[in-house]
Amino acid sequence: MKLNMVQAINLALKQEMEKDSSIILLGEDIGKNGGVFRVTEGLWQQFGDERVIDTPLAELGIVGTSIGLAISGMKPVAEIQFDGFTPPALDQIISHVGRIRNRSRGRFHLQMVIRFPSGGGIRALEHHSEIMDTYLCHIAGIKVVVPATPNDAKGLLISAIRDKDPVIFMEPKKVYRAIKEEVPEEEYTIPIGEAKVREGDDVTVIAWGAMVKTVNEAREKIGDKYSVETINLRSLKPLDTNAVVKSVKKTGRAVIVQEGPRTLGFAAELIALINEKAFLSLEAPIKRVTGFDVPTPLPKLENYYLPSVDKVVNAIEDVMRF
Amino acid sequence: MPRTKVPAKSDMFQILDPEGNVLDKKLMPKLTDDDIRKMYGYMVLARKWDEIAWNLQREGRLLTFAPLTGQEASQVGSAYAMEKDDWLFPMYRSNAAMILRGMPMDLLFQYWSGDERGLKIPDDVNMFTIAIPVGTQIPHAAGFAWGMKIQKKKVGVVVYFGDAATSKGDFHEGLNFAGVFKAPLVAICENNQYAISVPRSRQTASETIAQKAAAYGFEGVQVDGNDVFAVYKVTKDALDKARNGNGPTLIECFTYRLGAHTTSDDPTKYRPVEEVEYWKKRDPIDRLRKFMVKKGIWSDSDEQKLLANVEVRVNDAVKKAEAVEAPKPEDMFNYVYEKATEQLRQQMSELK
Repeated sequence: MKLNMVQAINLALKQEMEKDSSIILLGEDIGKNGGVFRVTEGLWQQFGDERVIDTPLAELGIVGTSIGLAISGMKPVAEIQFDGFTPPALDQIISHVGRIRNRSRGRFHLQMVIRFPSGGGIRALEHHSEIMDTYLCHIAGIKVVVPATPNDAKGLLISAIRDKDPVIFMEPKKVYRAIKEEVPEEEYTIPIGEAKVREGDDVTVIAWGAMVKTVNEAREKIGDKYSVETINLRSLKPLDTNAVVKSVKKTGRAVIVQEGPRTLGFAAELIALINEKAFLSLEAPIKRVTGFDVPTPLPKLENYYLPSVDKVVNAIEDVMRF
Repeated sequence: MPRTKVPAKSDMFQILDPEGNVLDKKLMPKLTDDDIRKMYGYMVLARKWDEIAWNLQREGRLLTFAPLTGQEASQVGSAYAMEKDDWLFPMYRSNAAMILRGMPMDLLFQYWSGDERGLKIPDDVNMFTIAIPVGTQIPHAAGFAWGMKIQKKKVGVVVYFGDAATSKGDFHEGLNFAGVFKAPLVAICENNQYAISVPRSRQTASETIAQKAAAYGFEGVQVDGNDVFAVYKVTKDALDKARNGNGPTLIECFTYRLGAHTTSDDPTKYRPVEEVEYWKKRDPIDRLRKFMVKKGIWSDSDEQKLLANVEVRVNDAVKKAEAVEAPKPEDMFNYVYEKATEQLRQQMSELK
């Protein structure tokens, strides 16, 4: 069946909830309203108030009580309404979510998912277009997953729900309805920590989330000029280091496309990884295309900030011509 | 029991006066003499734990820790009211309650000496790990209690925190969720009058902490936290109410931290000697002992026997904790995830 990402996530939630009655959804406006992006549409009607739960408007409370719910034997899938509203919940994520298994030496673990729409490109207000991956990836004990396509989203979310460790699931909201593709109706999983590679020979372009679509468009624009290998990371933590290293060893060139601000962004970690594991294969310095170290601009300037197809094409040209 | 929607100071619930006299026999909870002696035993044990731990810390054998001396009735009275299946969410000053509910003392020593294995709470003990950031455990307890309700389990959940925790958003969000979802939560604020040095008056302009419950739509009770019977009765009623599906309760145990905030703190810098003297006259252990002596269920020889016994038990726990081999360095990697990630395995190999 052809689905967009919203529909794919909705289907994953529905199918998992049908199978496992300990899965509950909690968040703001996710019940009768079906979520501000309609991701949970129809689920309240199907599963009722006890399993699709509108909570008070309190992100710390949503994540903090999810910890207790998980310890009690439930499997909470919490929604934070927007990326820019995750900071209040970061206290609980940093101080507790990532530490419970370790702190209790394995007596307790958190089978829980925290999902939220992520990133820019939808002409939204301040705090509605943020990229949180750098903050989150620094936290031990959690997993950070970013689907790029409807297919990714369904398989990764099912894996996340079944994972015995807490998973942050960042949904690129620009892609929510931008791509429709064939998604299997039956349940399937995509292992967390496995990147998806589209093969090429000349240059490796690494991206995740909404930037995968941008990179694919750049690849089309370049056409036959260069043979571009693209890596959709799908999971930042754990990271598929082998896929990155293997690819760069083959191509000798790398471009990394990152939506968020440059300094200490995930691209920097990838460059360090390539330096450690594939330095001698490099034919050119690694190039990164990123947002700037400024507050995410409002829509009138947003397109100057977000990595664009042209910027990616130029970066590929640069590393190829070096 | 006198309870009002918005408890004011004058409503503070008491059963025993500081001289160990029962104010109103009708209020006295059903406790056997044996129960009372047991409660007293836990209170004395907890104080001995503090005393020995303090000395160990001074010898460099324990890290910084937070003594609870003065708050024994708040913790023992409330924890003793819990049933077998109830759950406890402690803070970092909850040793008395934790020990009473089955936390092995040697594990506590191990933890406070800097070994994570000390917080591997035994599987048959219904207790969550200690939270160090103030008040952050309140939403966990609210969520757990809510989970019990969803699963239709008749379990009460007790969470401990101090007066300063009530200033935090975690308190508000946790209690607000508990109220909205009618979770079987008993939130126990041990109001010991100080954060580290900052007095209770700087945490809130409310006359009582208990009255904050009114805003969450459930009952709040202020109780004399140095009166073990009053704390027991109020907690027991709240737990019965919770298990029966009638929602949460906020209990403010009005008490006093007789000692320092932690082993790193010098309370003489911020509070007058007379204030401490006033509270020493209201010592919860003395109060209960006076009651027991008057009732004829406690003698000098009982007291001597108990003191000797708790000293042996605490020292045995210290010996047991200190006999444990040091943790292996690999241990820091082994509990981060169910299965160590590729990155962690690689980093672990760097230990060699």
